[in-house]
Amino acid sequence: MRTLVFLIAVTFATAAWALDPSEMLPDAGQEQRARALDHELRCVQCQSETIASSNADWARDARRAVREQIASGKTDQEVKAFFVARYGEIVLMTPSTGGVNLILWIAGPLMLLVALGTGAAYIRRRDPATAADAPLTDRDEARLREILDE
Amino acid sequence: MAVAQPAATAQFVLVAASFAALTYAFVTSDFSLRLVTLNSHTLKPMLYKVSGVWGNHEGSLLLWVLILAGFGASAAWFGQGLPPTLRARVLAVQASVSVAFYVFILFTSNPFLRLETPPMNGQDLNPLLQDPGLAFHPPFLYLGYVGLSMAFSFAVAALIEGRVDAAWGRWVRPWTLAAWVFLPIGIALGSWWAYFELGWGGFWVWDPGENASFMPWLLAAALLHSAIVVEKREALKSWTILLAILAFGFSLIGTFIVRSGVLTSVHAFANDPDRGVLILLILAIFLGGALTLYAFRAGSLEARGVFGMVSRESVLVVNNVLLAVSCFVVFIGTIWPLVSELVFDRTVSVGPPFFDAVFKPFMGALAAVLPLGAVMPWKRGKLQKAMQPLWGVLALSMAVGALVWSLQTGKSILAPLGFILAVWVIGGAVAELITRTGRGSWDNRLQRLTRLPGADWGKALAHAGLGVTTLGISALIAWKVEDIRVAQIDQGYDVSGYEVTLRDVSQVEGPNYLSTMATIDIAQDGQHIATLQPEKRIYPVAGMPTTEAAIDNGVFRDLYLVIGDQQENGGWAVRTYIKPFANWIWAGCMIMALGGFASLMDRRHRVAAGARKTAPQGVPAE
Repeated sequence: MRTLVFLIAVTFATAAWALDPSEMLPDAGQEQRARALDHELRCVQCQSETIASSNADWARDARRAVREQIASGKTDQEVKAFFVARYGEIVLMTPSTGGVNLILWIAGPLMLLVALGTGAAYIRRRDPATAADAPLTDRDEARLREILDE
Repeated sequence: MAVAQPAATAQFVLVAASFAALTYAFVTSDFSLRLVTLNSHTLKPMLYKVSGVWGNHEGSLLLWVLILAGFGASAAWFGQGLPPTLRARVLAVQASVSVAFYVFILFTSNPFLRLETPPMNGQDLNPLLQDPGLAFHPPFLYLGYVGLSMAFSFAVAALIEGRVDAAWGRWVRPWTLAAWVFLPIGIALGSWWAYFELGWGGFWVWDPGENASFMPWLLAAALLHSAIVVEKREALKSWTILLAILAFGFSLIGTFIVRSGVLTSVHAFANDPDRGVLILLILAIFLGGALTLYAFRAGSLEARGVFGMVSRESVLVVNNVLLAVSCFVVFIGTIWPLVSELVFDRTVSVGPPFFDAVFKPFMGALAAVLPLGAVMPWKRGKLQKAMQPLWGVLALSMAVGALVWSLQTGKSILAPLGFILAVWVIGGAVAELITRTGRGSWDNRLQRLTRLPGADWGKALAHAGLGVTTLGISALIAWKVEDIRVAQIDQGYDVSGYEVTLRDVSQVEGPNYLSTMATIDIAQDGQHIATLQPEKRIYPVAGMPTTEAAIDNGVFRDLYLVIGDQQENGGWAVRTYIKPFANWIWAGCMIMALGGFASLMDRRHRVAAGARKTAPQGVPAE
C-alpha cells in the first residue's frame, strides 16, 4: 500500500515546479534573456502569475516556446509579439501604453498633480501671511459693501 | 441611547459563541457540517484544524464579524469617557455594519449548513495553506481591516453630530493606530509565507489579494498622520473624515471584491451572483451613504488652525498627498483589468513591472521628506533650523550610498538609492530621539530618553521600521542570485562564493503528507556553515504537491534551497537562491508594528482620552 501511495506521489510530483534545468538553454546569455522574458509573460492558466513562477503545464510549454524562439534568433520584442498574436494582450505583464491603456499610465501622475495642487492651495489658505494679504474677490467686495451699507 | 453599550457587549458574546461552535466542529472533525467536510480532515494537525475555521470563505466571514463585534464591544467598554451621544452613535454605526454582514452570512455564506449523510472523512485544507505563517495571517489582517471600521464609525458619527474637534482627533487615533498595528503584521506574515512556501523566494507580486491588504494600510497610515493634525491643530478636518471613510471602504473592497473573485475573473462573479450582488449592495450603502453624508456636512467642518508654508502641518499634507495618491495608483492598477474588460472589451494584465514603475517613486519621495518632516515644528518652522540635527545623517546616508555604489558589481542604481533613503530615514529617527533629550550631560540625556512619552518612541520606531524595510527590499531586488542546475550526489559546485553539495535524497512520511527530502551541505571557504533539507511534499488527500524550501537565515543574507525533480541522468534539479537582507523586510514591518504599539501605550490615550476641553453644548433630544 505504501509503495502505491509513493508511486502516486511521484506521478503527481513530476507534473510540477517552475523552470527545470532540462528546459534551460545552453548559452548563458540567451538563457539570461529568456529568464527576463519569463518575468514579462503571464501564465494564462493561472491567476496573476508569471510563467517564471508558475508550475502549470501551460507555463512550462510557454517557457519552452520562449527558449525555442530565442534560440532561433528572435529578438525580445519578436518573442513578445509571438505570444500576443496567439493569446492576446493578456499575456503581457506590463500593459502597453497604447489606446485606452494610456488612462492607466497617466492616471497616477495626473492625480498627483491634482493632489499637490489641492494640497498647496490648502496650505496657502491656512498661511496667515498670504491669507491676510490675499485681495478680496469681486463677489466678496460686493458682499462687504452690502454689509457695511446696512 | 443607553442600550447601545450592553447591546454591543451582547452582540460580541453571541458572535463569539457562534465562532466557538464552528471552531469546536472543526476541532472535533464534525463532518456533518458541509464546511468542515470541505476544509478539514482527521489526520490534520490540530493547529491547522483550528486555522481551517478561517481558511475558507464562510469561516473567514464569521471571523470578520467576530472582530467587528469585538471592536464594537471594546468601544463600549473603553469609551466610557466619550460623550454619551457620540458613543451611542459610534456604536450604532458599528452595529449597522455588523447587521449588513450578518445578512450576508445568513443568506449567502452560512457556515453551519449540514450534510444529510456525513462522509467518513474530510477533503482536507489546501496544503499550501497548512503553514504557521498563513495560519495566523488572516486573523491579523482582519484585525487591521476591521479595526478601520472604528475609524469609519467615528467619522460617520462625527458627521451626524456635525462636529469634529481636537478631542475627536484624539479619540479616533488609538483605534486607527490599533488597526494599523495589525495590518503590517498580517501583511508581513503573508509575504513571509509567500517567500518560503511558493518555492522561489518572491515576497511580493502585486496580486489583487496583496494589493487589497496594502491599500487600507496606505490609507490608514495617511489617516494616522492627518488625525494628528486634527488633534493638535484643528486643521485638515474634512480630509481626515474622508480618509476614515475611504480607509474602511478599501477594507470592504479588499475583503469582499477579492473574495467574490471579481478581480481574478469577471466570470467568477457570474458563477455566484448572489454573493457578488449583495457585496456590491453593502459597499454601495455604506460607502455611498457615508460619502453622501460627507458631501452634505463637510462644508460645515471649518478648520481653525493657521500655519505657515514651512511647518509640520504642511509636511503632513505632503505625507497625505503621497500616501493617498500611491494608494490610488495601486487601486487603478488593481481594477484596470476589470475596467478594461468590462468597458473597453480589452483583456489586459497589470503585473509587477507596472506597479514597480509607478509605486516606487512615491515611496522614494515619502522617505526623502520623512526625516525633515518629523523634526519640523508646528505652526511655523525654518528649513535651516529644522535641518540642523539632520546634516550629519544626510552626510552619512550619502557616504553609505557611495560606498554601496562602489562595492557592488552590477551597478544598478536601485541598491545605492535604497541604502541612501534607508540610512536617511533610520538615522533621522535616531537623530530626532537624540534631540528630544535636550542638552546636558549624556547621563541626564540618557535618563530623559527612557522617560520620553510612548508616542515619541512609537514615531521613531515606526519611521525606522520603514527605513529597515526599504533597505531590505532594495538590497534583495538589486543583489539576489539565482542558480538552477542538475546536481549529482556528492559533487559540489560554487554559487557566488558558497560551495553547495547535494548529499542525499530520501523519501520521508509526514503526518498527512509524503515527502522527497534532500540533504544539502553548504560551505564557505572550506568551512561547513549549514546542512539544509529542502523537501517537496505531496498531500495525498488533496492530491496536491508543495515545495518546502530550506532556508539558512542570516542577518545579511538568506541561503534558499529548493529541490526539484530527478533528471534522466540520475541527478536532481537543485535551485539555489541567495537573498541578501531578506529578513530586513519583515523585521522592518515588525518594528513598524512595535512603534504603533508603543504609541498606543502612550498614557495620553488613557488619561486624557475622555477629557474634553469644552463641555458639550447641549444634548440633542432623542
